[in-house]
Amino acid sequence: MPDFIQPWLFLLPIIIKVVVVFAVVMGLVAYASLAERKVSAFIQDRVGPNRVGLPLTLLGFKKDLAIGGLFQPLADGLKFLLKEDLTPGHVKPFYYWLAPALTVVPALLTIAAVPFGSTLFGYKMVVADINVGFLFVFAIASVGVYGIVMAGWSSNSKYSFLGGVRSSAQMISYELSMGLSLVPLLLVMGELNLGKIVEYQAWHGWTLLPFTDLRIQWSPHWEISGLNWREILLWIPMLISFVIFTTAVFAETNRAPFDLPESETELVGGYHTEYSSMKFACFFMGEYAAMITGCALITTLFLGGWHLPIPIIHDGAFSLQTRTGDHGTLWGILNILTFLGKVIFLVIFFMFVRWTLPRFRYDQLMRLGWVWFFEIALANIVLVAVLLAFFPK
Amino acid sequence: MVNVQVDGRWIQVPKGTRAIEACKQNGSFVPHYCYHPKLSAPGNCRMCLIEFGSPKMGPDRKPIYGPDGYPEISWIPRPQICCSTDVAEGAAYRTQSPLVDECRRGVMEFLLINHPLDCTICDQAGECRLQEFSIDYGNAGSRFIEEKVKKPKRVELGPRVTLDDERCIMCSRCIRFSKEIAHDDVLGFTERGSHTTLSCFPGKKLENNYSLNTVDICPVGALTSTDFRFKMRVWFLKETKSICTSCGTGCNTEIGSREGKVYRQTPRDNEAVNQCWMCDYGRLNFHFLHDERRMTSALVRDAEGTPQPQPLAKAIAAAANLLRQFKPSEIAVIASARQTNEELFLTAKLIRLLGAPLFDIVGRHQHADGILVSDDGNPNTRGAQLMKVSAEHPGSFVPIIVGKVNDGAIKALVCLSEDAVEFGAKPAALAKLGALVTVNLQSNATTAAAHVALPGAGFAEKRGSMINVKGRLQRLNRAVQPPAGAADDWEILRDLLAALGGGNGLYSIEDVFKRMAAEVPAFAGLSLSKIGDLGVPLEGKI
Amino acid sequence: MAITVPRPDLSAAEKTYLPALWEGLKVTARHFKNNLFGKGKVTMEYPEERWDSHLPEYYRGVPALVTDEHGKDRCVSCQLCEFICPPRAITITPGEIPPGDTFAKTEKRPQEFKIDMIRCIYCGMCEEVCPEQAIFLQKDYLVVGTRREDMVHDKQKLYEIGGLKTGLVNKWDEKK
Ligand code: SF4
Ligand code: SF4
Ligand code: SF4
Ligand code: SF4
Ligand code: FES
Repeated sequence: MPDFIQPWLFLLPIIIKVVVVFAVVMGLVAYASLAERKVSAFIQDRVGPNRVGLPLTLLGFKKDLAIGGLFQPLADGLKFLLKEDLTPGHVKPFYYWLAPALTVVPALLTIAAVPFGSTLFGYKMVVADINVGFLFVFAIASVGVYGIVMAGWSSNSKYSFLGGVRSSAQMISYELSMGLSLVPLLLVMGELNLGKIVEYQAWHGWTLLPFTDLRIQWSPHWEISGLNWREILLWIPMLISFVIFTTAVFAETNRAPFDLPESETELVGGYHTEYSSMKFACFFMGEYAAMITGCALITTLFLGGWHLPIPIIHDGAFSLQTRTGDHGTLWGILNILTFLGKVIFLVIFFMFVRWTLPRFRYDQLMRLGWVWFFEIALANIVLVAVLLAFFPK
Repeated sequence: MVNVQVDGRWIQVPKGTRAIEACKQNGSFVPHYCYHPKLSAPGNCRMCLIEFGSPKMGPDRKPIYGPDGYPEISWIPRPQICCSTDVAEGAAYRTQSPLVDECRRGVMEFLLINHPLDCTICDQAGECRLQEFSIDYGNAGSRFIEEKVKKPKRVELGPRVTLDDERCIMCSRCIRFSKEIAHDDVLGFTERGSHTTLSCFPGKKLENNYSLNTVDICPVGALTSTDFRFKMRVWFLKETKSICTSCGTGCNTEIGSREGKVYRQTPRDNEAVNQCWMCDYGRLNFHFLHDERRMTSALVRDAEGTPQPQPLAKAIAAAANLLRQFKPSEIAVIASARQTNEELFLTAKLIRLLGAPLFDIVGRHQHADGILVSDDGNPNTRGAQLMKVSAEHPGSFVPIIVGKVNDGAIKALVCLSEDAVEFGAKPAALAKLGALVTVNLQSNATTAAAHVALPGAGFAEKRGSMINVKGRLQRLNRAVQPPAGAADDWEILRDLLAALGGGNGLYSIEDVFKRMAAEVPAFAGLSLSKIGDLGVPLEGKI
Repeated sequence: MAITVPRPDLSAAEKTYLPALWEGLKVTARHFKNNLFGKGKVTMEYPEERWDSHLPEYYRGVPALVTDEHGKDRCVSCQLCEFICPPRAITITPGEIPPGDTFAKTEKRPQEFKIDMIRCIYCGMCEEVCPEQAIFLQKDYLVVGTRREDMVHDKQKLYEIGGLKTGLVNKWDEKK
C-alpha cells in the first residue's frame, strides 16, 4: 500500500458507513412509498399496486411475474427520470432549482448523527459520532423548511406560495415544542451525544419502557433491580415528552394529519404544485426521508435505539440483558436489525395514522402547537426538574 | 301630455303615444307579434289584448273623481288590442289580469295549431317570440288532433332571404316593412284562414338592399337569412356592439361571433344613425375576414426578391430601414378612410416623420339611396380629414401619386389598407419602386409587389373609432381576434413609427386615443370609453 | 338561514383526542388485517375481471348517434347537446340536407359531429337534452387510442357505435 494513502485510511470505514446508510435510507424511502400505497390500499379495502414485477415476457416467457408489485418503486423511479422536466416561465429559476435539493439533503443529513447499531468489528455504528448530535439533528432538520419555503416562493404561484407559508409557520411552531419536549430527557440523561443516549437507555431502561433492564432474582434471596421509584415517577413526564415529540415529528414532516402545506383539496399540490419529474421526486423523497429520520430519532430517543433486551435465566435470576457488538459480530448485526425493525414499525405506524385521521384545520394546528404542546412541554420540564431534585441520581 | 293609468298607476305620456308604448313606459311589457314601433299597426296578431277602461261619467257627463284626485275607472268587459290604439286622457289599461292571461293563452294556442315542430332546426330558436311567449302562455301539449295545414318550406323569396311558410304567423311585419321602409312593395298574403300564405307578388322578388331587415323583424323563424341559415345556433353567438364600415353612414351593429369566427351582423338600435335597420350589403360584408386571401404573416422580400414570411418585429424593422434610405420628396403615402381615427392619427405622424409631401386617402363616391346608404363609400372620410391625412378634396391626390409612381418620380410608397393597382398604378412600376410598404389584411396586387407586406386586422377584429358622414364619433369593438400572425393595424403603425423615430409610449389603444384627444381639439375631453355604444355627435367641432 | 349545529359534549379524556385516535387506529387496523389475509377486497382487477355482465340498464358508456329503422340519421344538428355538454366535448358543424334527399323534409343534419372522448365525462346530459332522440349513451366503455386524434369520435364512428335503434318517435313524417 502506498504510503500517502496511510494517513487517509481512517476514512475508509466512514465512507463505507456513509454509502451503506445512504443506500439503505434510499431503499427505505423507495419502499416506504410502496408500503404507503399498499397500507392505504389495504386499509381502504383496495388492492394497491400489484402489477410491476419481473417482466419475464421480455425474456421469452409466457407470463410476467407480478410478485405483488414489489418492483413498483423501480418503475416509479424510471418514470420520474424519464418524465419531461418542466421549468415554468414564471418561476425564479435559481431558487426553483435549489429548493428540491434543499429538501432532500437535510433530511438525509440528520441520519448521520443517529446511531443505527452498537458496534461492528469495533467500529461504532454511527456515521458521525458527534457529542452534540442532538443539537446537530435539530439544526439540520430545521433547514429542511427552507426548501419548502423557497419552493413556495420561487414557484410564483398562489398555491405554492400558500403551501410554503403554511409550512414555514407550521415548522416554526412545532420546532419549539419539539425542542422543549426533549429537555426533560436531557435533564435525566445529562447527555447530548445520541450514541450515549442510547447506551444510557441500554443500561438504565428505555425512556418509554424503563423496565428493559429488569432483573429479578429469587435465590439466594429476593431482589428486584432495574425498576425503582425514581424511574417509575419519571416515566410520566417521559410519556408526555414522547407524545409531544411524536406529534411534533408528524407536523415537522408534514405528514397527515398535519399535511396542510400540500393539502390537495385546497392547494392543488401545495408548495410543489409547479414541480414535475425528478424535481418533484426530490420533494417526495425528502418527505419520506424526513419521515424515516423522524422515526429513527424517536427510536433513538424513546425506544432504546438499537437495544434489544435479551431475557436470560441464569443463577436463579431472570434478567433482561444487553448484548452489543463487543459480545460478537452476530450480536452487532442483531442490534442493527433491531434498530431497523423499530424504525420500520414506526414508519408503518405513521402510515396508519395518515390513513386514519382527517386533516387538522389550520387554526387547530396552530392552537395545538402554541397553546397546548408548548405549555405542556414547559410544565413538563419543571416537573422533571422537581422530580430530579427529590430523586437525585 | 295626457294622464293614463297603467296597472293601477297614473303616468303622463305624450299625446299620440300608442297604448302599448304607454304600458311599456310604465314597465309593463305587453307581449306582441305584429306591432313594431317603426311600422304601422294593423292589429292582426291579437297577442296584445289587454283590458281597457275609461273615466266613469257622472249623470252630468263629467268624470267622477276619486279621493286621490284621479277619475274613477269603469272597465270595458271586452279585451282590446293596445298596439293600434292611441292614449286618451283618463284612459286605463290592465296588462295583468285573469282575463288578459286567458286571452294570451287562447291566442297562443291558435297560433300554434298549424305550427311545425321545427324549433330544433329553426334558426330563430333562441330569439323567437313564439318560443318565448309559448313558455309564458303556451300549453305543454297540443289539443289539435286534425291534420296540420302544409305549406311550402324553403321558399327563396329573393337572393338573400329564404321563407318557411309553415312557421309564418301572418303578422305582416315583413309586408309592411317592404312597403313602408324599403319602398319596395313585393310581399303579400294569398289564400285565406289557416291557409294564408306569404309570398312575393307574381314576377317580383324580395331583392332590395334592405331585404334582410325582414328577417330581423320577423318575430318567428319564417324568414331566414340564406347566408346565416343553418350555420350556427344563435345562443352560441357572442354579440359585440360595433358599427358597419361599409359606407359613411356607420350603421350601428351587433357582430355575432363564436370561437374566432364571425357568423352574422345585425343592426343595433340607434335613433340618430340607422334607427333599427341596416342594408344587406353592409350586413353581409364580413366574409372577407375569413377568406383565404387573408394575410397571416408579414412578407419581406429577400435578396432574390422572393417574399419570405418573417416575424412581425423583423419585418417592421426591415420596412423602417428601407424607408430611411429615401429623401422625403421621393416618398408618398396612400392612406385609407377605412382606417380608424387612431390608425389615421398614427398615419399622420408617420407622414410627418417621413416628411412625405404627397399623401392622400382614396375617395369612394357612390349613389346615396335615400334610406341609409350614403354617397360616401368610405366609413371614415371625416376622420381622415380631421387627422389631416387626406387632401383638400379626398382622393384628389391619388391620381397624382399614382402617376408619379408610374413615371418613376416617386421611389418609395407606403400603401395602407388600399390597393394602389386598383387606382391605376402599374404593377411593373410598383415592382421598380425602391421601397413599397403595405399594411393590409388581404393580399392584393399591391401587397404582391411590396417589399414589406404587413398583415393587418379587419373591422371586427379591432377596437377604435370612426366619424360618420354626419360627424358622429362612433366606436368599433373587437368581436374576434385577428388570425394568428396578423396584428392590429395601430400596433403595426406604432412599431413602424418607433422603428423610424424612437419609442412613443403608446401601449394600448386607449393610450392612442388619449394622445389624440390631447392633440386634436375636436376630441378634447373624450376617451374611447366615453364614446359609449351610441357614439357622440362632433358636429360643430369639426 | 344559518343552522347552528350543537357541538358534542366531550369528556376531558375525549378532548385529548387520543381515545379517538385509538378507536380510529383500531378500525384501520381491522381493515388492514382483513385485507392482508385476502378478505374484504372489493376491487375488480380489470382487465382480467370485467364488469360486463353486471352492467345495469342505466349504465352510461360512450355517447353515440343512432339511425332509426328508416335509415334516417336522427340528429338534426340542433346543437343543444353541444350547448349542454359540461366539458364541451361535443363539436358540431351543422349542415343542410339538399332538397332532393329522401329526408329533405328535415332540412338539417350534421355535416360533422365530433365528441372528444378525452373530454367526455359520461354524464349523459347530451342524451337527456336531445329533442330528437338521436344521441344515446351506449354500454361500451372501452375507448382507447394512442394519440389524441384517436380519441375524437367523428360522425362516422359515432354512427358506427350507435347503430340502429327502433321504436323512436318519428316526428319528421311528411304528414306531421
Ligand atoms: S318559429 Fe319559433 S317556435 Fe316556430 S319553429 Fe322556429 S323557433 Fe320554433
Ligand atoms: S314571414 Fe314573419 S314577418 Fe312576415 S308575416 Fe310571417 S311571421 Fe310575420
Ligand atoms: S344529437 Fe340531438 S341534441 Fe345533439 S345536435 Fe343532434 S339532435 Fe341536437
Ligand atoms: S356524456 Fe356528457 S360529457 Fe359526454 S358528450 Fe354527452 S354531455 Fe358531453
Ligand atoms: S301586436 Fe297588437 S295585434 Fe299584434
